[in-house]
Amino acid sequence: MAMNMSEKILARHAGLESVEAGQLIICPLDLVMANDVTGPPSIKEFEKIGKKVFDSEKIALIPDHFQPAKDIKSADLAKSMRDFSRKNKIKHYYEAGRVGIEHVILPEFGIVGPGMLIIGADSHTCTYGALNAFSTGVGTTDLAVGLATGKAWFKVPEAIKVNLSGKKPENICGKDVILTLIGKIGVDGALYKSIEFVGEGVKELSMTDRLTISNMAIEAGGKAGVFPFDEVTKEYIEGRFSKDYEPATADDDAKYSSVVEINLSELKPVVALPHLPENVKTVESLEEIKIDQVVIGSCTNGRLEDLETAAKIFKNHKVNEKVRCIIIPGSQAIYKEAIHRGWIDIFIDAGCVVSTPTCGPCLGGYMGILSAGERCVSTTNRNFRGRMGHVDSEVYLAGPYVAACSAIVGKIADKI
Amino acid sequence: MKLEGKVWRYGDNIDTDVIIPARYLNTFDPVELAKHCMVDIDETFAVNVKAGDIMVGGKNFGCGSSREHAPVAIKASGVPVVIASSFARIFYRNGINIGLPLLEIGDDVEKIHANDILKIDTSTGTIEDVTNGEIFRAHPLPEFVQEISKAGGLINYVKSKGDLG
Ligand code: SF4
Repeated sequence: MAMNMSEKILARHAGLESVEAGQLIICPLDLVMANDVTGPPSIKEFEKIGKKVFDSEKIALIPDHFQPAKDIKSADLAKSMRDFSRKNKIKHYYEAGRVGIEHVILPEFGIVGPGMLIIGADSHTCTYGALNAFSTGVGTTDLAVGLATGKAWFKVPEAIKVNLSGKKPENICGKDVILTLIGKIGVDGALYKSIEFVGEGVKELSMTDRLTISNMAIEAGGKAGVFPFDEVTKEYIEGRFSKDYEPATADDDAKYSSVVEINLSELKPVVALPHLPENVKTVESLEEIKIDQVVIGSCTNGRLEDLETAAKIFKNHKVNEKVRCIIIPGSQAIYKEAIHRGWIDIFIDAGCVVSTPTCGPCLGGYMGILSAGERCVSTTNRNFRGRMGHVDSEVYLAGPYVAACSAIVGKIADKI
Repeated sequence: MKLEGKVWRYGDNIDTDVIIPARYLNTFDPVELAKHCMVDIDETFAVNVKAGDIMVGGKNFGCGSSREHAPVAIKASGVPVVIASSFARIFYRNGINIGLPLLEIGDDVEKIHANDILKIDTSTGTIEDVTNGEIFRAHPLPEFVQEISKAGGLINYVKSKGDLG
């Protein structure tokens, strides 16, 4: 039976010839992941089951959300995860200074790769679909069961085919692609479904673009956002991912519940207005929107290429005097390389705050919380009410290009 | 399970950040979480909710983060069941896994209003709106999911079977 990429990965793991949408299956997992917010409660639930961890090498526990600890309760959470990791010899546990944002470092460290089946107690676990994995977010209880049994139950999702064509213009990045898609299909447009990105346009997209796009599949309600394996994937995993792997390729006559066409050549820089990622407008269509803060970072856009985009724009320019601009590299390696390439100098000379890797303001944790009535252009993935601070603050989602231009101009802009 | 309670009515796309904002995520104590449930869109909920009250939302209820703190906060508020037009996927799993029944009824949800009294039989999925006399039927749950429910959640299910399957 013809299968799409998601079905192929699920069938292979379930030990079945084929699976089809709607089928309930139980699968062994290649990786189980949690962070300092979801890990500690998962550990508590795990302990109720009374079993040992299924495989200490297939578990990743990443302290990134509120770490380095923002307060005593967060320090307690981190400690419970640290103690658990040491006791159970968890291979992929890292201390502050050797860590970064989970969805940035797992690909970077070569912990995730093609064809893998992954669950993570974090909704943006779908990020690894960029590497041709089937990877999805779950809650505390699923994670606890994953830690104990190495398995999860899945309902095989229907899949939406996103057919990419055309050439990507200079000022367009992965964020514009995914925001445009979410603007088209809505925040529940892919509910219970996986999104598969195919077509000629795929090769136009760098791994950074793909990671950004897969990252936000959940913002359309998607269970996963999967890219095919190609030269770009191969080049990215080379020297990082050392396990054997089997990429998943969709059959020519694979079933899809619907098809969405996106011509990259026609894309314009966009933003998602408050308070939903589907409120997508082109920057050129907006009236003047003055801003107070810009955040460039997160698991969506905290990678080297994102910082490069920002550095090119900030070079010889200053952040607008009425704006705070906070830049957070996604990992230590990215931070270091950005220093090495002189970008951190550019940011600091422009008047930006530069921080150690953390989720920080993305989820309204710390390091840039908004006051009532303040407006922020952010390269993060959610602009829900109150997401980055006060319930009456506003978040405008954008790519690093628009974010950096906006920081300089002082209002939402796609040029300086 | 037969339930009867008063409706707290919310709209479409109620996200997990409003069900329980991130600033309260530095704890997993259900009682503590319940104190802040829905606070960003409805300050009266946590103060006035009574055990047995029912939460009703529109499309894509529970979208956003995977935080199980969200269904836990609702459950700890004394709400025994949530009804919506549709649920976000992770929230739906989480509800099932912690033993909070979630009933999906599509567009029928528009006929349920704030403060209506509902009578619900979760085993058949029948919902009676006592206030306006309407009767709705929720989409049936798959058998495996019903078994998890019967066991009182996924942890108990795995404990009793010794494995997931
Ligand atoms: S950067 Fe934001 S979206 Fe990404 S994992 Fe951290 S909190 Fe979640």
